[in-house]
Amino acid sequence: MAKRSIVPFGPQHPVLPEPIHLDLVLEDETVIEAVPSIGYVHRGLESLVTKKDFNEMVYVTERICGICSFMHGMGYCNALEKIMQVEVPRRADYLRTIWCEMSRLHSHLLWLGLLADAFGFEALFMQSWRLREKILDMFEISTGGRVIFSVNKVGGVLKDMPSDMLKSFVSILDDMEKELKETTTVFLNDFTVKSRLEGVGIITKDDAIRRGAVGPMMRASGIEVDMRKTGYAAYGDIDFEIITSTECDSLARCKVRIGEIFQSIGIIRQAAAKIPQGEISVPVKGNPDGEYFVRLEQPRGEAFYYVRANGTKFLDRMRVRTPTFANIPAMLQTLKGAQFADVPLLILTIDPCISCTER
Amino acid sequence: MKNIHKSPWLLHYDGSSCNGCDIEVLACTTPVYDVERFGVVNTGNPMHADIFLITGGINSQNEDVVRQIYEQMPSPKVVLAVGTCACTGGIFKECYNIKGGVDTVIPVDIYVPGCAARPESIIDGVVKAVALFQKKHEQEKGER
Repeated sequence: MAKRSIVPFGPQHPVLPEPIHLDLVLEDETVIEAVPSIGYVHRGLESLVTKKDFNEMVYVTERICGICSFMHGMGYCNALEKIMQVEVPRRADYLRTIWCEMSRLHSHLLWLGLLADAFGFEALFMQSWRLREKILDMFEISTGGRVIFSVNKVGGVLKDMPSDMLKSFVSILDDMEKELKETTTVFLNDFTVKSRLEGVGIITKDDAIRRGAVGPMMRASGIEVDMRKTGYAAYGDIDFEIITSTECDSLARCKVRIGEIFQSIGIIRQAAAKIPQGEISVPVKGNPDGEYFVRLEQPRGEAFYYVRANGTKFLDRMRVRTPTFANIPAMLQTLKGAQFADVPLLILTIDPCISCTER
Repeated sequence: MKNIHKSPWLLHYDGSSCNGCDIEVLACTTPVYDVERFGVVNTGNPMHADIFLITGGINSQNEDVVRQIYEQMPSPKVVLAVGTCACTGGIFKECYNIKGGVDTVIPVDIYVPGCAARPESIIDGVVKAVALFQKKHEQEKGER
């Protein structure tokens, strides 16, 4: 038997901008076990509910993570709106849907870029991020921010998109779709990319269920789960199919995410065509009292928000379960038996967001 | 070693930021902003780095990591704190696990505020860091 050795991975590692630490138990070049230790980004922001009032907390929840910032804010607002029985105007629901899908677009493009960087395809990384900048420009035009938007509030949204702005967004996306097709074909058909992704990091359907994987990780193992089908915001009015793949490997996860990029463009197109006129927010009076659970589909998978209020302006408890946290057991499963050189790639295929996980 | 100041290498570490500033730092290296035109290259090895760019505040878990990275960097070195959290602790200042800005652990030369810091201001900070690095380098040469 070969000698076992332990190689530390992280917290400061060139592949991931975020700190995560893994102790990799190796036998020659093969990973036998991976022991994670997290907590490098833990801030304890859930405890801020006792120090900031429920309206100010919207800004804190948006800073759980800078990538799905909009959805975090929206999940928290949805929970409070349900507790306070506020009916959000339909136009606000549609605007939220559009911003959600724009977040998904920029998050998946970011992930594609990082994936390309992980297997050393620098030009592809630059291409993906160049395309992503167009989405960020759209965010900047509509909300004023590139990363953190602060357009959510309890009872609606703060900014409206006039119809000519929506039209220009749809035409930008139409142009982008052609460029996206070119870039994503490389991911799906290039020989070198395939040799790094195909058959690597297989997680079977049963394993994915047993380990509680969520999001694209789950869908790439052939399971149809998508929280958007529950019809929150305006998703109930929009027609889309859940994208799945049955190959269960890293290339399948890449395929699912690429499929979702084009799906998001389609959803934005539909929402821009169907959006009704009207108010974008309703005034909210009084303090919340009660508790509620919200489930959302983030780019990385399903997120839970739990809010318990006690009738004062400070909440009792806010709890978030983020998709990366749910995906870590599945990631550890894929690492077992993998080659040491594939470790960064396998960590990336779950699309890790450590600041969500540790908050 | 005459031209060392012309292309300082940069090390990026995420303290406890929300990712917002991190992706903006990465965006700086991509085609639209491209800091490489100032000779700045993003490196993963502290021993190759001249500029230490850090985002996010300091908590009890990453305190030692930040100090270790700083100590591993060769002198002269410049520390750049990007984002409001790295400057003061920002919105998370009152959290139980946040000790404050980066300057609670290591000396900071340049502060780039903003939540999230915009790529333009990050580039501005990096350019200032390059100038400061050059100054520090000449100072050290004079002492030798």
